[in-house]
Amino acid sequence: MEYFVIIIGSIFVSNIVLTQFLGICPFIGVSNKLSTSVGMGGAVIFVLTLATMVTWIIQYYVLNPFGLEFMQTIVFILVIAALVQMVEIILKKVSPPLYQALGVFLPLITTNCAVLGVAILTIQKHFNLLEGVTFAASNAIGFTMALVIFSGIREHLDLMEVPKGMRGVPIALVTAGILALAFMGFTGMVK
Amino acid sequence: MGQMQNFTKGFIRENPVFVLLLGLCPTLGTTSSAVNGLGMGLATTFVLVMSNMVISMVKNFIPDKVRIPSFIVIIASFVTVVQLTMQAYVPSLYESLGLFIPLIVVNCIVLGRAEAFASKNSVGSSIIDGLGMGLGFAFALTLLGSARELLGSSAIFGFNLAKGDLMLVFILAPGGFIVLGYLIALINKLNKSS
Repeated sequence: MEYFVIIIGSIFVSNIVLTQFLGICPFIGVSNKLSTSVGMGGAVIFVLTLATMVTWIIQYYVLNPFGLEFMQTIVFILVIAALVQMVEIILKKVSPPLYQALGVFLPLITTNCAVLGVAILTIQKHFNLLEGVTFAASNAIGFTMALVIFSGIREHLDLMEVPKGMRGVPIALVTAGILALAFMGFTGMVK
Repeated sequence: MGQMQNFTKGFIRENPVFVLLLGLCPTLGTTSSAVNGLGMGLATTFVLVMSNMVISMVKNFIPDKVRIPSFIVIIASFVTVVQLTMQAYVPSLYESLGLFIPLIVVNCIVLGRAEAFASKNSVGSSIIDGLGMGLGFAFALTLLGSARELLGSSAIFGFNLAKGDLMLVFILAPGGFIVLGYLIALINKLNKSS
């Protein structure tokens, strides 16, 4: 039951992009086309889950026992950067088709604040390892869902007559606002 | 380019938020009020100035291949300094900014300026560039925060202008996107006509 609450809560109720404002840069940046947003979403699900798992282990088995909690930010960002690099190298060797699909998005993920944000949130919420991984995976799925919905809307938006000054990013942001408004309908579903 | 231009380009012409569209996450996440926006802007300015300064000092010693990880470590150290200082002296602001303080590390503006400017220029102009960009960012956040606070709770910097709340949605997540969208459209228009 608790895991179910975590899953629904992080996909719908407090969607990472639309209510928590994490990962806005890729959300605006790669949402022009449906196919790229699916690729980006896949890469984020993969890296975010893995990164949260590794940072959780480091927090509880290295930082806490040695009283190094203040090093959290530095250690986490280094771990994420190293992890992304490693995933890139391994994918290139093991599964070239997957690398072809996700490859271009991987370097961008290091600076995706959703990854560091979820890693820190998992620690702040005192989840155990399994809960943390569930939390990370469902947040990543929520990110992908928002990204795919949004890029679907933006593909249609390209064909519309939009006032000159509003073209491009401004209308995309207003659209995202309306999408966030729709997601507010889920508020209160999970306590 | 003169030093004065180095300093002022961050405000309108190359404003990190409105024109370059960098660092949108803290821009939207922390601007539910003008004070929060200003606080976040100043914290980022500090990190930007200090990291620009240190990076331009050590740029000749860092091998090209490992420069990005080295920059990240330098930036993360200053973020930790800001984080601990704010926790000690302004705990209420620290609480309301929450997660977004450690996330200054992944703010693209900071790494972007390090890579694009500080790694190629002298210490003096790097500091000025950091200060200009940082204050431009703070300016954008304060503007957005004031607009949202005004529309949402009819107050500005915490001073009530009218009784009661107006359109609460502007303080919540959707309002952030919508106000930023219209502000960018406005700046586009101003930049084009000038």
